[in-house]
Amino acid sequence: MSSTLTPPAPVEQEQAPHRVSGGLLDPQLIVKSLPDAVKKLDPRVMIKNPVMFVVEVGSVVTTVSAIADPSVFAWAITVWLWLTTVFANLAEAVAEGRGKAQADTLRRTKTDTMARRLVNWPASQAEEEVSGTALQLGDHVVVEAGQIIPGDGDVVEGVASVDESAITGESAPVIRESGGDRSAVTGGTKVLSDRIVVKIASEPGKSFIDRMIALVEGAARQKTPNEIALNILLASLTIVFLIAVVTLQPMATFAGAPQSMIVLVALIVALIPTTIGALLSAIGIAGMDRLVQRNVLAMSGRAVEAAGDVNTLLLDKTGTITLGNRQAAEFQPATGVTVEELADAAQLSSLADETPEGRSIVVLAKTGYGLRARAQGELTHATWVPFTAQTRMSGVDLDEADGVHAVRKGAAGSVTSWVTENGGTVGQDIATLVDGISAAGGTPLVVASRVGTAAPKALGVIHLKDVVKEGMKERFDELRRMGIRTIMITGDNPLTAKAIADEAGVDDFLAEATPEDKMALIKKEQAGGKLVAMTGDGTNDAPALAQADVGVAMNTGTMAAKEAGNMVDLDSNPTKLIEIVEIGKQLLITRGALTTFSIANDVAKYFAIIPAMFAGVYPGLRHLNIMGLHSPTSAITSAIIFNALVIIGLIPLALRGVKYRPSDASSLLRRNLGVYGFGGLVVPFIGIKAIDLIIQFIPGLS
Amino acid sequence: MSSTLAGWLQALALVGALALCYRPLGDYIAKLLTSAKHLRVERGLYKLVGVDGDADQRWPVYLRSVLAFSALSILFLYGLIRLQNHLLLNLGVPVMEPHQAWNTAVSFATNTNWQSYSGESAMGHLVQMAGLAVQNFVSAAVGIAIVAALIRGFTRNRTDRVGNFWVDLTRICLRLLLPLSIVFALVLVANGVVQNFHGFHDIVTLGGDTQSIPGGPVASQEVIKELGTNGGGFFNANSAHPFENSTGFTNWLEIFLLLVISFSLPRTFGRMVGDNRQGYAIVAVMGIFWVASAALITFAESQHSGSALQAAGAAMEGKEQRFGVAASGLFAASTTLTSTGAVNSFHDSFTPFGGGLTIFNMMLGEIAPGGTGSGLYGMLILAIVAVFVAGLMVGRTPEYLGKKLGGREMKFASLYILTTPALVLIGTGVAMALPGERAGMLNSGPHGFSEVLYAFTSASNNNGSAFAGITVNTPWYDTALGLCMVLGRFLPMVFVLALAGSLAQQQPVPATPGTLPTHKPLFVGLLSGVVLIVVGLTYFPALALGPIAEGLH
Repeated sequence: MSSTLTPPAPVEQEQAPHRVSGGLLDPQLIVKSLPDAVKKLDPRVMIKNPVMFVVEVGSVVTTVSAIADPSVFAWAITVWLWLTTVFANLAEAVAEGRGKAQADTLRRTKTDTMARRLVNWPASQAEEEVSGTALQLGDHVVVEAGQIIPGDGDVVEGVASVDESAITGESAPVIRESGGDRSAVTGGTKVLSDRIVVKIASEPGKSFIDRMIALVEGAARQKTPNEIALNILLASLTIVFLIAVVTLQPMATFAGAPQSMIVLVALIVALIPTTIGALLSAIGIAGMDRLVQRNVLAMSGRAVEAAGDVNTLLLDKTGTITLGNRQAAEFQPATGVTVEELADAAQLSSLADETPEGRSIVVLAKTGYGLRARAQGELTHATWVPFTAQTRMSGVDLDEADGVHAVRKGAAGSVTSWVTENGGTVGQDIATLVDGISAAGGTPLVVASRVGTAAPKALGVIHLKDVVKEGMKERFDELRRMGIRTIMITGDNPLTAKAIADEAGVDDFLAEATPEDKMALIKKEQAGGKLVAMTGDGTNDAPALAQADVGVAMNTGTMAAKEAGNMVDLDSNPTKLIEIVEIGKQLLITRGALTTFSIANDVAKYFAIIPAMFAGVYPGLRHLNIMGLHSPTSAITSAIIFNALVIIGLIPLALRGVKYRPSDASSLLRRNLGVYGFGGLVVPFIGIKAIDLIIQFIPGLS
Repeated sequence: MSSTLAGWLQALALVGALALCYRPLGDYIAKLLTSAKHLRVERGLYKLVGVDGDADQRWPVYLRSVLAFSALSILFLYGLIRLQNHLLLNLGVPVMEPHQAWNTAVSFATNTNWQSYSGESAMGHLVQMAGLAVQNFVSAAVGIAIVAALIRGFTRNRTDRVGNFWVDLTRICLRLLLPLSIVFALVLVANGVVQNFHGFHDIVTLGGDTQSIPGGPVASQEVIKELGTNGGGFFNANSAHPFENSTGFTNWLEIFLLLVISFSLPRTFGRMVGDNRQGYAIVAVMGIFWVASAALITFAESQHSGSALQAAGAAMEGKEQRFGVAASGLFAASTTLTSTGAVNSFHDSFTPFGGGLTIFNMMLGEIAPGGTGSGLYGMLILAIVAVFVAGLMVGRTPEYLGKKLGGREMKFASLYILTTPALVLIGTGVAMALPGERAGMLNSGPHGFSEVLYAFTSASNNNGSAFAGITVNTPWYDTALGLCMVLGRFLPMVFVLALAGSLAQQQPVPATPGTLPTHKPLFVGLLSGVVLIVVGLTYFPALALGPIAEGLH
């Protein structure tokens, strides 16, 4: 498993409430989206949204009535009904508009590049110039410094640094090399150095960038299962209210108060759940968009929704839970050795060790014991012994007056053999320390020194351990409250794995994990009805990524991994899985909250419209006019205006998503019911009254 | 003892008695629905009709069995009524018109018991016993069978089987309804309810007039009328008739009987899904509506506005002096909140708000606690709607008892909640649009409208009580209301069984802290709110033109 080294995000960002912001709603964007909103009035488009289709039909009916029998009231209702429809389309258009802006940026990178196709590679190096769009699956192309990679594929020869800022927005170049897990390159990115041969892995027009464009534009958007279910409920509510209003007319006629078409249409529109109906698709688009803003591409809305339902997160230890590498945590001296002596020897012996572990020893000696790191050059008479995988040791031989001072540091076994080979013995105290560190899940490194030809002596042990990223424990506690179990995946032995798992506070771990183990774990969890999310980057992760309900492939990973997952993280930051889950939840919460708000609104609208319709024949019903609205016409007009304005007012919320703090279901429900349920009951009373106070002065409505 | 105090004590005793029965009766029903053993008599019956008692049905087969059985019931009852003058014990009553016979047959087979006839003058003893009383048993059992299938949908995983209708039907009748009926019929007889085969007795009253008083096997029918939430009276006066409801105690007992099964079924539900707390949450919602409604109706009826009411101390018109306002209010709330429809007072004479509440109770969809079985499945459907909206608000694909509520589930739940409002409103709307039919109304203005609204609400929700005040024995009303009863009964059953099948096929999702808890007070409050808002929003315009317009001055 390769590790993707992303520097840990600053702590305050990690722990700040995960208020997922969607950027401010740009008024310019609204103006720009207006023509699109009007275009969407086409009934063939509107029919896909049954609630708003009813409003559009109603608008047509009132328009005809208003023309046949003009009055200020008729025209006021007609105009506001059309506005209601346009506002609903505007919400969708604005949401799509943000994606379109992003798509345009992407499209600019997709200039038609010329490709240098290798004919009959690797047998010959013969090249031919072809258009990038003419490349077929399996073609080989050569790309050199300064050239644009013509299509998605895998590097099969060479190594190069590549500028991928076009898709990731990250300006630092990345290394791409043949073989291994960093072989994938994306069409449209630029080679900065060296020369690589790329095997094309996508068909023309179906490249990663093409799909990205389609995704952010919403062209590939399909309704998600949950959206469909909600649509069914909304459609049935719409039918119920249609029936309630249509059958009201004979009842009203019997009561001696037959109602005009305008009033009946107004009542229908006020009652059907227009608020959520208008914003439903914008919420879905905005959810995908919020992921895109976090540099995550979801291949389908279904994946975003599934993210909210995830029960189990499989997280790779390295890079996600711990910092990339093990670090020196403490020096444990042997008996008769001071810790300063040990630190000094450890630092000296690590100066020639360029591995992150070696660097961390130098850093610990400096920060913990005030030992300045000596540069290799300032020590003359020194023979450096660099760390190699074979010797598993590093050190230095210093030519001093009293003979050669040799210092060695390395794996317990290697240093022990160095000591015994040179005639020394390693004491029981060292063995105890080594075992203790191993038992705690750490890695022990032994430090030994030898003066002249004397027997070498073990000075002590360095404790290397995984450093759990800051804030991870709190993050996992949060996840647990949300009902999500975290499982740490690691190649370490069970002992080490358990120590880290305990420290990080994950619920479970899978040690010595092979791709098959991972796959088996996912299947086991799914058999219990759970939804599993994971990240992965290697080709050997591909089957597990495909099996997981939410599989997030790292952009640094192989093409196979990216194809298998249903999301791609362009930043290749595995911690982002947690944010993805939160965005998924936020999407569903936003839908539920606005549905509740929309339905709760109806209560106030009844109190506005019913007395306006019937107080004339049954004066007792004027008691229902608890808002004290000015006149029947002003009451109905106010309700309709409120109904339209509330859509505009809620567009930012729909795009941004409601505030979401990870917590358990009961407190989430209590909060959202309070804000959107109770708020939905109260707000329209205030809003309708306020509008009535203004429009009562309009002649014709009073 | 004042009438109010008596009312409170009766209500308290009722709550106590129902609470005592909740666990044993609920557990008993759960056991009989899940046991693998057949009684010897049951095995004999299965053999007789050629049913495999150990077979498990897919939901369409279960549904076909329900529909076939009910269709046969209707046909049989229709034949019996039309041919009764050729049969025994017919007391010489005249032959019923086809439209009224259709209405009556449908009414009893759908557990509605809407009566466009007068019991003592239209039915002989044989039809009462072999026709109407039998339907009282089996139609109640059908309701419980349907809810049993729905509960199995929640409890079973990855299967397409929801149980065996014939086994459910037989067991509910033989092991539940019959034993209870026998015991309580004896109690009723002991307290003065008649049980004989007498015909009409001519009696000279104190005023010197002659009166013709029929006898009959009343107690045996009375008990299942209440226990099975049927409500069809042996006599026209229903439970206001002293032969059906002889004393204050029998009145209390009848209220108890009509509530006891429906209030215990949530326990059955909790037991079967393996979490009794789920049952407590459901029964709590039912209880809240029942208590609130009984209190409000009694309050409305004891308000003294108007000189006649002030003189009487309460709205006593149409109420039995023997029972008083409180016992009438309690009975009215209970009978309209269950799908019973028996009456011990006349709802048409209630105050506008009191009468309006009885209409509103039925509009709730007979769910608090509702008819036997039908009340629980109605409530569970609304619970599904509540869980769906609330589940979204906690950020997960909504799930109830481990089953996900996706498009398919919401489709059936939506169709269910669409059905009765459509029937009530379209029926009422059409009746109001037909000038000829409106002439049947006794009153004009909002009260006259309430009478029509009540009739269609009662029929579509399978309640069967009547506001009275309109002449419903016309071909048009008999046909229209009959259609409302059939569609209002069987369409929801189709959706419930389809839902059961869809749920049973799912693999359950394990509960986590992120799952919406459906057993806590918060959910009880939420579900109550959803019931109130969904019903309130649907019917508010109609109610505004009826009881509200009449009640507000």
